[in-house]
Amino acid sequence: MHELSITQSIVDIACEHARQAGVQQVLAVTVEIGALAGVVPEAVSFCYESVTQGTLLEGVPLRIDWLEARGRCGACGHEQTIDNYFEICEKCGGIALDVFQGEELRIKELEVE
Amino acid sequence: MCIDCGCTSGSEQHPHEHEHGHEHTHASGERHSHPHDHSHGHGHGAAHDHQHGDHDHGERRTLSIEEDVLAKNNRLARRNRAMFEHTGTLVLNLVSSPGSGKTSLLERTLADLKGKYGFAVLEGDQQTANDADRIAATGAPVVQINTGAGCHLDAHQVMHGVENFDLHATDVLMVENVGNLVCPASFDLGEDRKVAILSVTEGEDKPIKYPFMFRAAQVMIINKIDLLPYLKFDIEKCKTFARQINPDIRIFELSVHSGEGMQQWYDWLALHVAAKKALKENG
Repeated sequence: MHELSITQSIVDIACEHARQAGVQQVLAVTVEIGALAGVVPEAVSFCYESVTQGTLLEGVPLRIDWLEARGRCGACGHEQTIDNYFEICEKCGGIALDVFQGEELRIKELEVE
Repeated sequence: MCIDCGCTSGSEQHPHEHEHGHEHTHASGERHSHPHDHSHGHGHGAAHDHQHGDHDHGERRTLSIEEDVLAKNNRLARRNRAMFEHTGTLVLNLVSSPGSGKTSLLERTLADLKGKYGFAVLEGDQQTANDADRIAATGAPVVQINTGAGCHLDAHQVMHGVENFDLHATDVLMVENVGNLVCPASFDLGEDRKVAILSVTEGEDKPIKYPFMFRAAQVMIINKIDLLPYLKFDIEKCKTFARQINPDIRIFELSVHSGEGMQQWYDWLALHVAAKKALKENG
């Protein structure tokens, strides 16, 4: 359950940004989680509710943008969606796919007023 | 409160060199629901930094943040790494399931190489100081970090944990992470290498069952090989699985109990201790 400390970081970062910008109210928090980030979105949502209690984000909806993982073949340059780190290139059978999307774990934006 | 670890916050709000390749919808202009007509012209993109101050009545806007959730941990890990480089200390982050033999490997390594290197050990466990007591018996300085509900060590805990050591006199810092093949993979501690330990009493498919960890590790130790005659563990298959996930992973096969294979591990340590010292001298 490292999602608990991950979620704590999300809330800390979001609150800090809101505070810096002098925001009165946060309406929504959007985070991006990649398929290979090693984080279970449901667990983040679950932790979010308890972690936000007593903070500026209490009751504020959390939106999770799920990013599929994409790899690029080192041999032929073909790009494809992947589910794991040991997929092979569907075009040339190359084994060294360079993951260029899917490891994100990032706070994207806050909707505020 | 410590200033270094940023508990006081606020030092990393806009690291805006984000290099993501996918599209993202840019901030405001959209979803505006305010009826009154503001004439300020900052419609898009950089909604952050604008102190709207007195005309902040109910205007919906979007603060673009684009900050890595692990940015703080990563920043502290970089700080740790710089500190270890300064002191020339090789730092290994030992990760595994509970029961693979991390503490036994440390006990034997510390005993066999006693006098050769200055060791220090950080022990991470949810509860008890049992492992720290075992390490202390070898004579090496040790600090136990109890994570409580936490399932992993983070860079902040390591930063404070090592305050108890004389790092200049420490050639090798061993960080025994919480026994868990999932969570510690995400948290950089500032180590030189993650060493994943797997014992032959576990399944040979662990590397593909827990790919994040075996991808993050640079070294895999297969322990308890003295038990191989009694088990169905297919060691070649295990190595193949590990290399599927991580082609460059360095693999050791050893038995802490019988001592078989330990010398190769010690040779590797010697090489990396020397490399870290050289880095310090040249850095």
